[in-house]
Amino acid sequence: MSTLQATAATPVSALPLPAFKRSRGHWANVAARIVRNPLAMIAAVILLALIGIAVFAPWIMPADPFATSMFTRLKPIGTPGHLFGTDELGRDLLSRLMLGGRLSLFMGITPVLTAFVIGSGIGILAGYAGGFINTAIMRTIDVLYAFPSVLLAIALSGALGAGIVNALTSLTIVFIPQIARIAESVTTQVRRSDYVDAARASGAGAFTIVRAHVLGNVLGPIFVYSTSLISVSMILASGLSFLGLGVKPPEPEWGLMLNTLRTAIYTQPWVAALPGAFIFITSISFNMLSDGLRSAMEVKQ
Amino acid sequence: MISYLIRRVLYAMPIMLGVAFLCFMLVHIAPGDPLVAILPPDASVDLQKQLMELYGFNRSYPEQFFSWVWRAMHGDLGSSIATGRPVAQEVFKAVGNTFMIAALATLIGFFFGSLFGFVAGYFRNSWVDKIASFISVVGVSVPHYWLGMVLVIIFSSQLMWLPATGAGPDGSAAWIWDFEHVKYLIMPAVTMSFIPMGIIARTVRALVADILSQEFVIGLKARGLGEFGVFRHVVKNCAPTAMAVMGLQLGYLLGGSILIETVFSWPGTGFLLNQAIFQRDLPLLQGTILVLALFFVSLNLLVDILQTVFDPRIERA
Repeated sequence: MSTLQATAATPVSALPLPAFKRSRGHWANVAARIVRNPLAMIAAVILLALIGIAVFAPWIMPADPFATSMFTRLKPIGTPGHLFGTDELGRDLLSRLMLGGRLSLFMGITPVLTAFVIGSGIGILAGYAGGFINTAIMRTIDVLYAFPSVLLAIALSGALGAGIVNALTSLTIVFIPQIARIAESVTTQVRRSDYVDAARASGAGAFTIVRAHVLGNVLGPIFVYSTSLISVSMILASGLSFLGLGVKPPEPEWGLMLNTLRTAIYTQPWVAALPGAFIFITSISFNMLSDGLRSAMEVKQ
Repeated sequence: MISYLIRRVLYAMPIMLGVAFLCFMLVHIAPGDPLVAILPPDASVDLQKQLMELYGFNRSYPEQFFSWVWRAMHGDLGSSIATGRPVAQEVFKAVGNTFMIAALATLIGFFFGSLFGFVAGYFRNSWVDKIASFISVVGVSVPHYWLGMVLVIIFSSQLMWLPATGAGPDGSAAWIWDFEHVKYLIMPAVTMSFIPMGIIARTVRALVADILSQEFVIGLKARGLGEFGVFRHVVKNCAPTAMAVMGLQLGYLLGGSILIETVFSWPGTGFLLNQAIFQRDLPLLQGTILVLALFFVSLNLLVDILQTVFDPRIERA
């Protein structure tokens, strides 16, 4: 496995008559393989569209997502002027779904990203240091791992109280042990390899070995594993808001919208179910993209 | 093997202590003074003193922790602030209800998960595999609280076949195993079963594919064993792992039932947690989480032990 630098395409045409075809880098191979995977590509397009809509929501929203109206409460899907209907306070649902994507996606992705950085750090340290440090770190991680993820997320944010920051913190703590475990096991494997021994024998220090030999080999598998957590994170983050532990009203967020629309389950059932459909589409797309990435990298779990 | 089993049990002890420590800390990470957090807003000075004494907030942390653990080991998890009833009593009543839907969901999920997994693993890369794999991706990707809502919309709001919420026609009184009560059980359990179904289907597919590619299968076929004979061997080989995954899934569902119980107003541990969170009933929150987490650790331990006993091929270091 080569380092990230290999992603830069080599300008083959600029080379003077190549005697051999230069092999593409590892990441270029991965990219070439994933592009040929139709499911992963569909998922990528859906995600790009959702992210694009969320980012540009303030400029493309058809109506004010905060404007309430007593006269247009709970209109069905397809109402003129309200394509996706209106919610229990008469706010335009399409606009709220578009703007809600911002918080939902942010709250789903951020914990995994943060946990990827912290968890890899902890796992690589434990795996590379070995011995007592490894035991101390991994036994602590085991305790967090002893909780089912939903329970741990709810325990922490239940104790910390509602709020975006608290929800993000809880979810990050949920994912750190899972990522650290993978990071530790991959790093332990690399540490025992001959090339690390060789580097050490030629006088390389711990920092140099980690930077030059360990990181390049372990970050790929850890990253692929982390991407598979985004789907869970989306479901959990929206779930916390659904329970009233995350985003607070009137801010639009898919999980929170699903919760407040629950009262409309008998009057406008399909409007009530819409925000959840968006959580589902996002979550399944992340899962399919992650599956595609895993098979493209041939990382075995 | 015996020495492994002993070590495995001993290893679970510090984990359980760690779990207890984390639950103990929940009260302390709560914002504000822990005493204020557990006090009802209209607390009298008398009650304040009484609780101070009971929780021992005036003592050092280690002292507090060990006295809390000591009381918990004797079945005393404190009293709920909202109801004043002992937490242990509330939790054990709720655990039974959660266990009902979680166990049923695990069985349903195991049945369909194994079915899809086997079909997908046997006919790898065929259209059957693609469909089965897609169903399993849906199972792990669907927000189950939303799935629950969709089922309520279809079967309660539109078709009016099944009751939407609660655990029986007469509120959440005593549970009886008759059709009138089981009707309330169906939707929460089916909703919940999607998670283990997806995970078990993925596991079984990978297992079957792996076993079919092993040499002994070719050997069996070469010796003239029919399709069914080979199938039996595949089942026997993947059963221990599949059962282990099923056991762990039961633990996850028990701990993760809060969202589904909220949707269906099912009077289990999730409902209790919900109540605890919104009434800032920290002893109840702490107690419920402790019981669920310890249950999960014990279930892990049990699965490990059973796996070692029934599948001696697994070499335990």
